[in-house]
Amino acid sequence: MSFALWIPLAVPVVLAALSLAGGSRQFARLGPVGSSAAVLASGLLLDGAVLAGTVPDLGGGLLRADALSAYMLTVVGAVGLVSTWGGLGHATVVPGRYAGSYDALISVFLAAMSLAVLADNIGLMWAAVEATTITTAFLVGHHRTRSSLEAAWKYVILGSVGVAIALLGIVLIYAASRGTGEPTLSWLELSRTGLPLDPTLIRAGGALAVLGFATKAGLAPMHSWLPDAHSQAPAPVSGLMSGVLLAVALYAILRIQTITNAVIGPDFLRVMLSVGGLLSLFVAAALLIRQRDFKRMLAYSSIEHMGMMAVGAAIGAAALPAVLLYVLGHGLTKATLFVLSGRILEVEGTPRIDDVRALLVRRPGLAVPWLIAMAALVGFPPFSIFFSEIGIIVAGFDAGLGVVVGIALVLLLVIFAALTRLTVAMTIGAPAAAPAPGVAAETRLDGAGDAVTGERPDAVPPDRSSHGPRLPLFLALGATAVVAFIAEPVGTLLARAAAVLGGIQ
Amino acid sequence: MFDTVYPQLIGLCTGALLLTSALMVWRHSLLASIRLLSAQGFALAALVAVIGVEEGAAEVIIVSVLVLLVKGMGLPWVLAHETRATTRTDEAPRLNPTAGLLTVALLTILSYVVASRLLRDDSSVSAHAAGIGLAMVLIGFLLLVTRRQAGSQLIGFLVLDNGIATVAFLTSGGVPLFLELGISLDVLLVVVILYVFAGRMRNKFGNTDIDQLRKLHD
Repeated sequence: MSFALWIPLAVPVVLAALSLAGGSRQFARLGPVGSSAAVLASGLLLDGAVLAGTVPDLGGGLLRADALSAYMLTVVGAVGLVSTWGGLGHATVVPGRYAGSYDALISVFLAAMSLAVLADNIGLMWAAVEATTITTAFLVGHHRTRSSLEAAWKYVILGSVGVAIALLGIVLIYAASRGTGEPTLSWLELSRTGLPLDPTLIRAGGALAVLGFATKAGLAPMHSWLPDAHSQAPAPVSGLMSGVLLAVALYAILRIQTITNAVIGPDFLRVMLSVGGLLSLFVAAALLIRQRDFKRMLAYSSIEHMGMMAVGAAIGAAALPAVLLYVLGHGLTKATLFVLSGRILEVEGTPRIDDVRALLVRRPGLAVPWLIAMAALVGFPPFSIFFSEIGIIVAGFDAGLGVVVGIALVLLLVIFAALTRLTVAMTIGAPAAAPAPGVAAETRLDGAGDAVTGERPDAVPPDRSSHGPRLPLFLALGATAVVAFIAEPVGTLLARAAAVLGGIQ
Repeated sequence: MFDTVYPQLIGLCTGALLLTSALMVWRHSLLASIRLLSAQGFALAALVAVIGVEEGAAEVIIVSVLVLLVKGMGLPWVLAHETRATTRTDEAPRLNPTAGLLTVALLTILSYVVASRLLRDDSSVSAHAAGIGLAMVLIGFLLLVTRRQAGSQLIGFLVLDNGIATVAFLTSGGVPLFLELGISLDVLLVVVILYVFAGRMRNKFGNTDIDQLRKLHD
């Protein structure tokens, strides 16, 4: 089964090289889709292997797929597939000259993320996470406008400084392991209980490492790069960053938490993660109420969900299966929404919520999936985010963190109201009497020379096209709707992955 | 013989590291800062070599050559190349030199306090010097938040990274070689990316002043 460990690394790199080498444009565009499919297939194979009770490894244990790694690899592949496949309709906005490097960078990004979750070495994982900063930097700055340059600069500076702090933490954890004879950075070795690790160094190292990866996960107060980067990047890239990059940063936090919990107990990081999580929920609530830009709205919603996951991580063992399910549900939903937001931006020509009105009447092909996905995002059942949030809240009350989850619940309600209001403003209602500039342009294009249509916007036939592949979006939404109800094998896998982190069996 | 000079050599190298960092806060000229950064790279390589000879580890000597090539020569060369292209190489920082040096002194005291608490069980010579590494990390932060030019921010980032490397070498003799390679490659690529972005910034805005990056907000 060890071949499934190198496939998610090798296939994307080969496809990236092919995308760069040029050749058929059509083929190059399928490169990222192929990479995601390879990652997803290996993830599913490894899921099968860990459910059969084996732990595949490769390269003398440098790469290792326990239940948690296999699950995270599946998430990377699934979210990647939705973003890249759904993003195929996004062709026109990519400048032709840079299109090859765009596709190559997405493939390299997927390979780096796979390496980050498969590496059984904190240092190697660090290098992989930093490599994603490098690939996404050019993807964020891809449109080469003034704002995208600003977003990319802030992202690279904050991202690399954050990750550098994490490196300092990792260095201290490495120094703490000198007491074991042979210093090590292996997850497997470090998370064994009863090791003679220096508690002072572990405390400092764990705090710095969690702080650094929290910057990458977009937790407040280090979140300021996130809304800029997500709103300026091309839509499929925003989906990948939100669903994959933030999730992998959270994965790193969870692994480090296991190490510190074994040495200094859970209370230390519990305080840090609770404060970070609640602060993120607060920032998201405060800025969503008055949000005007629908891509920034999705970005702040990512901060909200990462905050809720951090609260879940703070609660500890009992909440971990819910947190892991959350990672999948949020990734798929957010990738769908970002892909749709890219299409809306493309056809409407504006990112402003005020300018996009009555979408349900004018463009049902886009509005219907958008509404379903927003319902999933704000936490309506049967979508899995609902069950994850309930799971975290119940586990929080059981663990005696009633105050924390109480505050979180209030902030979630505020965010629910804000997101519902913004979604209703975009989709429901009758078209404005005077056609907006975007509509007018569209009308002229559709009914060439038909002056009557131009004057009477009510007569414009509704646009039922989905402006891109429809299947990946419905697969993603369908998966989030049913995944919470599948006890076997999903429930078993989640329980085993949580057990890797010292959670419930 | 080597055992008697070893503590002095460690002291000399770390002293040079701290001195170059403090001078970078003091000097406002970008080119002078780049020369100091190069000197810092050499001091770091010397420190790694001293630790390598003391431990008798060939791997650490290879790392010291790598550090010399990347931090002493490669990165300063890239930066100097970028800086010569800019019209303005002087910096108008938010902090005047006196206040800057005073802050450096405070940060150094703070990091010694923190380091002595962190490593109180460790009585080796190198562990006593680990405070310098933390001080460099904090000075790097200081440069990042007080400088306005893209190039100076880059230098702040590199001082921060040198500080982390110093902590790593002083506390545990450095991370394994393959990781050192990965980390160096990542830092190099980040600098190249920021260099490319600084070039685009100059094309679009005519200069590389970070203060004009204020368009995106809520």
